[in-house]
Amino acid sequence: MTRLLDFFRFLGAQVVERIWRLGYFTRFAVAVLFKSGAALVRFQLTLREIWFAGVLSLIIILVSGLFVGLVLGLQGYEILQRFGSAEALGTMVALSLLRELGPVVAGLLFASRAGSAITAEIGLMKATEQLKAMDMMAVDPVARVVAPRFWGGVISMPLLAALFSSMGIFGGWLIGVVFIGVDDGAFWSSMQASVDFRHDIWNGIFKSIVFGVAVSLIAVFEGYDSEPTAEGVSRAITRTVVTSALTILALDFVLTSFMFRGIS
Amino acid sequence: MSDDNILVNIENLQFDYGGKPVLRGINMRIPKGRVVAIMGGSGCGKTTLLRLIGGQLRPTAGKVDVAGETVSDMNHAGLYAFRRRMGMLFQFGALFTDLSVFDNVAFPLREHTDLPPALIRDLVLMKLQAVGLRGARDLMPNSLSGGMARRVALARAVALDPALIMYDEPFTGLDPISLGVIGQLIRHLNDALGATSIMVTHDVQESLQMVDYIYFISEGRVVAEGTPDEIRHSRDPFVHQFVEARVDGPVPYHFPAPDWSHDLAAG
Repeated sequence: MTRLLDFFRFLGAQVVERIWRLGYFTRFAVAVLFKSGAALVRFQLTLREIWFAGVLSLIIILVSGLFVGLVLGLQGYEILQRFGSAEALGTMVALSLLRELGPVVAGLLFASRAGSAITAEIGLMKATEQLKAMDMMAVDPVARVVAPRFWGGVISMPLLAALFSSMGIFGGWLIGVVFIGVDDGAFWSSMQASVDFRHDIWNGIFKSIVFGVAVSLIAVFEGYDSEPTAEGVSRAITRTVVTSALTILALDFVLTSFMFRGIS
Repeated sequence: MSDDNILVNIENLQFDYGGKPVLRGINMRIPKGRVVAIMGGSGCGKTTLLRLIGGQLRPTAGKVDVAGETVSDMNHAGLYAFRRRMGMLFQFGALFTDLSVFDNVAFPLREHTDLPPALIRDLVLMKLQAVGLRGARDLMPNSLSGGMARRVALARAVALDPALIMYDEPFTGLDPISLGVIGQLIRHLNDALGATSIMVTHDVQESLQMVDYIYFISEGRVVAEGTPDEIRHSRDPFVHQFVEARVDGPVPYHFPAPDWSHDLAAG
C-alpha cells in the first residue's frame, strides 16, 4: 500500500514538475519576445548569430541535402519506372523535398548542429557567471544574449531549409537525368507543372519558420535554464537535441494535417 | 558617524534559502570612500550578502540601503539604474569569452553610453593602463593568466567610474605576486575614483594590509568587527582562530556527526 502511495506521489510530483516547467518555458518565451528590441534595432547582434547558426551550418545542410536528393532520385526512379512514369521523377523529388523532407530534415540537422551549439554557449556563459556579470552591469542577458540567438535561429532556419531542398532537387536531377538518363525536359516540366507555390513552396517555408521558432526557443531556454555545471550543460544539450527532434516531428504531423485537410 | 557619510546601511538583514537560514540578522554601516572586507569561512553567507546588496536576491527580512535607497524596494528599471553606479568583480573574473580584452572593458561603455568610438577607445585604454594591461588589449580571455583575467575584470568593473565596487573573493587561486597586485589595485582604484569598496574574502593577511575595516561573519551573523589593528590584537576566539588559521576552535573542524565510538561499533 505504501509503495503504491509512493508511486502515485512520485507520479504526481513528475506531472506537477512538467506543468511547472511548461509554464516557466512559456513565460520565458514571452520575455524573449518582449525583450527583442535590442536584437532587432542593433541588428549586428543578430547578424553575428545568423553567421554562427546559419552560415556555419551550411556545409552539413548542403551535403545532407545533396545525399537525400541522390537517394530520392534513385528510389523514386526505381518505383516510378515500374509504372512507366519515370518522367514524373522531378515532381516526386520536388514535392517530397519542398513539403516534407526539406523542412523536417533541415530542422533536425539545425537542431543538432546549431541548437546544441546555442545551448552549450549560453549554458557555459551561465556556468562561468558571464550572464550574472552582465546582469550586474545592468545589461539584461535575455535581451543581449538570448534574443539575438533566438532571432538568428529563426531567420537562419527557413533559409537553410530552402537551400536543403534546392540541393536535394539538384541531387535528384543529377542521379535521374545525368546518370540514369531520364529526359531533362520532362524532369523539369513535370516539376514546374505540379509544384504549386502556395500549397507546396509556401507551406514548406511556413513549416521551416515554425521549426525555426521551436528549435531556437528550445535551444535558448535549455541553455538559460541549465544547471551551471559541466554535467548540467551536457544534460541541457542532450535535452535540446531530443526535445527539438520530437517537437519537429510532432509539429510536422500537426501542420501537415492542417495543410492538407481538404484531401480525402 | 553621520548618516550622510554612510553609503551602505544594512539593518537586521535575514535571508533563508530553501527554508534554511543563511543570514540571521546582519547589521553593517559602510562609510563612503572606505575599503571594507567581509570575512568568514566558506559557506557562511558572504557571497549571499553581496548578492543581496546588488539586488540579485531579496531579503527574507531586514533591508539594505545604498545611498539612502532601499535595494529590495527598487523595481527592475530602478535596480538597473542603481547597478549602473556599481561595479562588481566576480570570483574568476567572468570575462565574456567571445570578446577581446578591449571589448570586454568597452562593453559597459558601449551598452550604457552614446560616447563616440574614439572616446570609448581612450577610456578603455586608460582603464587598461591603470591595471597594467594596455598592451594586452587585443588578447582573448582564454590566453590570459588567472591574475591577468582578474585585472581585466577589474578594469571592466570600474569602466563607468562606479560609486560602489564589490569584490567576490578577488584573491582566490592567485599566485602571491598576482595577489599582491590585485590587492594594491583594489586600494588604489578605490582611492583614485573616490569609490567605496566591499570585498568578500577569506584571505586574512592580504586584507589586513589594505582594508579600512573588517567584518567577520559566522553562521549568518557578524561575530566580530574592527580596523585591521583591532583585529590583529583581538582576543575574540573566532577572530583568533581565523587570523591564526587554527584548525579547531569556535569553527569546529568536524562536521556534526554521531558519536565516533558509536559509529565504529555500528560497522
